[in-house]
Amino acid sequence: MARRQPEANQDPVVQRVRLRYAKRGPMRFTSHRDFARAFERALLRANVPIAYSQGFSPHPKVSYASAAPTGVASEAEYLEIGLRREVDVEELRGALDTALSPGLDVLAAVESPLTGGGSLADRIDASSWRIELPEVTGEQAEAAVRAFLDASEILVERLTKQGRRTFDTRAAVHRLSASAAPSEVGGAPCAILELVVRQVTPTVRPDDVLSGLRVVADLEPPVPPRATRLAQGALTVQDVLVDPLEDSLEASATADRQQAVIGASSR
Amino acid sequence: MSVTSVFPQLERLLPKVSKPIQYVGGELGAVVKDWDAAAVRWALSYPDAYEVGLPNQGVQILYEVLNEQPDVLAERTYAVWPDLERLMRAEGVPQFTVDAHRPVIAFDLFGVSFATELGYTNLLTMLDLAGIPLSAAERDDRHPIVVAGGHAAFNPEPIADFIDAAVLGDGEEAVLEITGIVRKWKAEGSPGGRDELLLRLARTESVYVPRFYDVDYLPDGRIQRVVPNRADVPFRVHKRTTMDLDAWPYPKKPLVPLAETVHERYAVEIFRGCTRGCRFCQAGMITRPVRERSITTVGQMVKEGLEFSGFSEVGLLSLSSADHSEIGDICSGLADQYDGTNVSLSLPSTRVDAFNVTLAQELSRNGRRTGLTFAPEGGSERIRRVINKMVSEEDLIRTVVTAYSNGWRQVKLYFMCGLPTETDDDVLQIAKLAHDVIRAGRAATGSKDIRCTVSIGGFVPKPHTPFQWAAMDTPETIDGRLKALKGAINADRSLGRAIGYRYHDGQPSLIEGLLSRGDRRVGPVIRRAWEKGGRFDGWSEHFSFARWTEAASEVLPSYGVDLAWFTTRERDEHEVLPWDHLDSGLDKEWLWQDWQDSLTEFEQDDCRWTPCFDCGVCPSMDTQIQIGPTGRKLLPLTPVGGLRQSGPRQGVGGPEAGVGGVRHGVGGAEAGVGARQGVGGPEAGVGARQGVGGPEAGVGARQVGGGPEAGVGARHG
Repeated sequence: MARRQPEANQDPVVQRVRLRYAKRGPMRFTSHRDFARAFERALLRANVPIAYSQGFSPHPKVSYASAAPTGVASEAEYLEIGLRREVDVEELRGALDTALSPGLDVLAAVESPLTGGGSLADRIDASSWRIELPEVTGEQAEAAVRAFLDASEILVERLTKQGRRTFDTRAAVHRLSASAAPSEVGGAPCAILELVVRQVTPTVRPDDVLSGLRVVADLEPPVPPRATRLAQGALTVQDVLVDPLEDSLEASATADRQQAVIGASSR
Repeated sequence: MSVTSVFPQLERLLPKVSKPIQYVGGELGAVVKDWDAAAVRWALSYPDAYEVGLPNQGVQILYEVLNEQPDVLAERTYAVWPDLERLMRAEGVPQFTVDAHRPVIAFDLFGVSFATELGYTNLLTMLDLAGIPLSAAERDDRHPIVVAGGHAAFNPEPIADFIDAAVLGDGEEAVLEITGIVRKWKAEGSPGGRDELLLRLARTESVYVPRFYDVDYLPDGRIQRVVPNRADVPFRVHKRTTMDLDAWPYPKKPLVPLAETVHERYAVEIFRGCTRGCRFCQAGMITRPVRERSITTVGQMVKEGLEFSGFSEVGLLSLSSADHSEIGDICSGLADQYDGTNVSLSLPSTRVDAFNVTLAQELSRNGRRTGLTFAPEGGSERIRRVINKMVSEEDLIRTVVTAYSNGWRQVKLYFMCGLPTETDDDVLQIAKLAHDVIRAGRAATGSKDIRCTVSIGGFVPKPHTPFQWAAMDTPETIDGRLKALKGAINADRSLGRAIGYRYHDGQPSLIEGLLSRGDRRVGPVIRRAWEKGGRFDGWSEHFSFARWTEAASEVLPSYGVDLAWFTTRERDEHEVLPWDHLDSGLDKEWLWQDWQDSLTEFEQDDCRWTPCFDCGVCPSMDTQIQIGPTGRKLLPLTPVGGLRQSGPRQGVGGPEAGVGGVRHGVGGAEAGVGARQGVGGPEAGVGARQGVGGPEAGVGARQVGGGPEAGVGARHG
């Protein structure tokens, strides 16, 4: 019998840390896989004592909450890592932020319970987005939004891994509003959509909502829109999105910063 | 005049293309410099998609070497996929660099590294998108000097119309010399314009400027002669050789992309050149002599490269990695240093030798096991003598069985089809060999759970090799043999099931053959194929044989030649070859003799272990073999800091600390060289000439670094 490759004996996880990170500017074109590779390298560069899975081909213990689509910026992406040695979480945040390319920015880190406490995904049921529509006027956008909100169902198509799927993009939209942005350089108009979408299957993404606006109101932006995820979390009865890091095991030292970032410009 | 970024225009196109991240830049290791502060500006390219081009070692090395110069700026540009090309044409976005998204046309020099001739059509796309006239004759002072490098530049005649210059051989010093000439010419106010600058470059005798040479043809289509058309350029242009690789430890800061690329690893060239003498191998012929990087420099580069990049894989590259004089110590030393760190080490390009299995085992100690590939190249003992690949069937079976017995369940065997003198039987022997390998493997392991993959590629005769005179087989012949081989492998169903079979059909090889050994009359064929939509010819889904044969039949008859004339025709001893005026150092008479030896199946030894056989390189290039052993060893790495521990547990960390957070131990007695190592202090000699024993050292001409006392390890101190 051929001798099998010895199984590496990996150290156990002694600390779990949840991170919030942003994808900004040109870095919004990273796909989720691109980010995952960059993050694994950042762990090595920052000397993070990451734990590895057991088995034939050990993988670093990193799990991601649902990621923003390629081309969409985000101020609120989340992941959780398992460490084989305890570290100071704020130092960890800083080290990872430095190790990642500018534009992939680690904004906050909190420790999470080793067992129990649920997963990151359990703490996320909605997502808020801001979509810039260059060369669309506020009036055009407002009219389209009214038509969208008046509809009870809006079927759109998207190519998914399972093939072309048709699904309703209206029901998942919790809130949608339009306004005109202060005009950009050159005086071209720009409309802004503010959007809160519930987590459903299949996921309704900003481009699905834009498809819906095309279906109900023929809104056809002449320039590719720019979407930014501003926040994710649990939607309370008071209509507030609670950051999934907020009431973790330890209060985050960077909570103030998170609040500030939510309001920051998308670029 | 400053140059603005085209990113705002490009950004609007990116949501509409696949894998937009490849056009964004922002890699770790990327450098963006102030345009106005630079005296000389290079755009560097590997003319393929980003995912293939980014990991290219040559471009990364030159990029770093150039950007280390305070007044030099180097950026990178790659071939864009057809989806973005269409949008760029529609929206008027020019070919751009990924670093600062500057238009390529604004640079002083546009350097393109050709590892394969199948990148030629991509050169035309890039020039055209950049707004640079395809024809070098139509360019003026507004346009960059287009410089070709890489292995294909050893016969740049097919692209002579499109390039301004070509550089043969190692680029590290050549780019700096060219930069110096351009800097001086610009500082003088660009006297004489483009022509004067090209003349100054040509006078170095190591930059080939095609426009200064005329080619005359005989009535039968062969070349009569290639001669300078002005008095002050050399008759022959010589290749460049960088001696003392320890003085050029690049890449120090490898580019780490966000996008997925074909190689996700830190690669260190452990030596350059090869004298195994495989007669088909252009790389082995044109990169002579062998120059080793010392074990300590390799160790230092791996350590710093991993710390910088965060890569978890290291590739120890060369043309035949197990031939490094201290490969055993390098492998075991690195395996010790990275034991338990989830860093994996790989040794591509190894010869068929059981020793290599031992090395691979060392490297996979920490659990990760990369595949094992062996390249017997030829199926029969006879054809292996023809190509000078000295591997017996016994060697091969012993090696593969050793691999199976040590836990590998899959090995890959690489062969070529279409070799000179090859018969159907030579190729069918591959099936017998594969069957024997599986039988022996099953017998040795008692398991049926072992496999091998036979991978077979088409042979393409290359310039500056003993096979430069050889006729290619037709694609029909190749495809017939490949089909027969498949049948022979599967003739035994039990054994056949354990054998994977991968092959490339013969058509792309024929076109590669045309481009490899073509002359200036092939230039219009390339242009025609490009006009018909030729792009990414190295990719089977983009390559069109019909496009190339149509282009060839539209262009070549007016010269009285055709595709077959360039490919399936054997040349005779006295034919003037298109690259005869380009000097790789190899003596043409020796090449011819080696070609004759090949036909009589006479093998040629390696000059590292047997006397010099007068290939001509060392005396004509004033170089010599630089090999060890140095006697030095890699020292254990002591873990350093990294992240502090939280709260009370601080300081417990101990040995687990720091994947990649490693540092060489302090000199110590194990270094084998004692006191002399400490001399330089930690700052000593990054980039300085570390080895004492350069070419002038003279103590035993074949030693690198002048023996164990040399200061290559000075940074340990």
